[in-house]
Amino acid sequence: MIVTELQGSRQSLSRRAMLIVTLLFLIVGCRNGDPATETSEQQLVVFAAASLRESFDELGLEFQRSHPGVKLTFNFAGTQELRAQIQHGAQADVFASANQKHMAELVRAGELTQPIVFAHNEPVIVVSLESASQVQSIADLPGLARLVIGAAEVPIGEYTLKILERASLQLGADFSEKFQEKVVSRELNTRQVLTKVSLGEADAAIVYRTDAMSAGERVRVVSIAPELNVTADYPIALLKHAPHPYLARAWLDLVRSERGANILQRIGFTTPARSSEVP
Amino acid sequence: MAKRMFFERVLLWSVGLVLVVFLLAPVLALFMTSTLSELGAGLAHPLVGPALRLSLVTTSISLLIVVLLGTPLAWMLARSRGRIARVIELFVQLPIVVPPAVAGVGLLFAFGRRGLLTGVVYPQSWALAFSTAAVVMAEVFVSAPFFIQAASAAFRRVDDKLLTVARSFGASPLRIFFRVAVPLSAPGLAAGAAMSWARSLGEFGATLMFAGNLQGKTQTLPLAIYVGLESDPRAAQALSIILISFALTLLIVMRALLRKVNGAGEAPF
Repeated sequence: MIVTELQGSRQSLSRRAMLIVTLLFLIVGCRNGDPATETSEQQLVVFAAASLRESFDELGLEFQRSHPGVKLTFNFAGTQELRAQIQHGAQADVFASANQKHMAELVRAGELTQPIVFAHNEPVIVVSLESASQVQSIADLPGLARLVIGAAEVPIGEYTLKILERASLQLGADFSEKFQEKVVSRELNTRQVLTKVSLGEADAAIVYRTDAMSAGERVRVVSIAPELNVTADYPIALLKHAPHPYLARAWLDLVRSERGANILQRIGFTTPARSSEVP
Repeated sequence: MAKRMFFERVLLWSVGLVLVVFLLAPVLALFMTSTLSELGAGLAHPLVGPALRLSLVTTSISLLIVVLLGTPLAWMLARSRGRIARVIELFVQLPIVVPPAVAGVGLLFAFGRRGLLTGVVYPQSWALAFSTAAVVMAEVFVSAPFFIQAASAAFRRVDDKLLTVARSFGASPLRIFFRVAVPLSAPGLAAGAAMSWARSLGEFGATLMFAGNLQGKTQTLPLAIYVGLESDPRAAQALSIILISFALTLLIVMRALLRKVNGAGEAPF
């Protein structure tokens, strides 16, 4: 049955095959006249640490007011993930990182221009509403059932381990160990850490103050004693092969402007005195 | 005429070959960009051991659950002609087309601490998310439909006459199931189990969202690959090579089993 059908339509089959081949050639041939190259300056691609979501979204609105018609694309993810993407050739114009380490490695690899620190953030404890009454300080955390932190590769995870190390000096050598026994997940970006607490799946976690503020009433925030805490530096840099260097520079200028600093501060960052270049 | 047939055949093949090359390229690239010593170094990475062990343990448990609960279900689905059975079949197949991320959110909202079933079906303190049990649950959710589908297909091929004969000799439904249906469908069931195992071994999205990422407890092979790519790509590559080898072996076994069933060796998937 199938065989006879095939024979009957052999003529049209071969015609169809020719059509497919022709279409393939057309598609391949079209590559030269890529329309994207003509409007390349009308697009800006920003890779930013997950904790920068609110502030960059708002800066984006500001940017669009001064650059109407420009298409602005954000990629928010764990800094280590963005670094891996850039190393594997992802096309971006600007990279904003939540720590110096990943930035420095990309600079060493020759992917970036000189980075500039544009904001500081502060790790804090967030506690789910159910466990809110049980936590006054970091010392109370090992008494809870479920903690979530960032993975060691993620900036917030690295800061958390540093804080635990310092806390162990003050609260007993096994504090870090007791704390980590209660860790049920090491998440791959700070927003995932926060979500586990705001959904009530975890009792407490360590995230940035800016994340904690974005969760509003869904979590309680407990500060970490300053002598135990660390400061997260946020460097920003242009990519050496940025497809849209002009717009990228405009973005950097906006982030470091007074208006940019106001937005960052409103969301919970502190901003450095102007022109603090990284050596 | 023969010449023309030859030409057309070559033409069709060469169009199809574009896709074959595309499908093969990632697999070949994973093997060809690694050397044996690099593979060894990758496998020695601290990410690898715990993830390998966890994946083997959890997928074995989930396979056991899927086969124990799925075989009777598949048999009942294959024997019933009612509308209810067809509706059940539809919902049992749904996880095949549902994105794993959706499965993760759904599992969290059903079995998480504030989940729909938590505190109703079982006590609050049993909350299952972010535990090794959650890994198994995610695996069962995504892999069970593959087994059930293959098992029902195998059971449908059992000759009705044999069942009638067994019944007329006084065999009970349970006895028919265990002594006639299961032995006759064994190769099809095994193929379904292999397919289901492969799917649960590769489960990523639902696990990440519902079970989290903790070495030795919930960090399975695919999660270790994801983390590894950002810290040590060699470890990620080594794990990928292991998983591809597993998958290829399973596929070969499955096809051999199915060839036994229907002679033609055509997989129903």
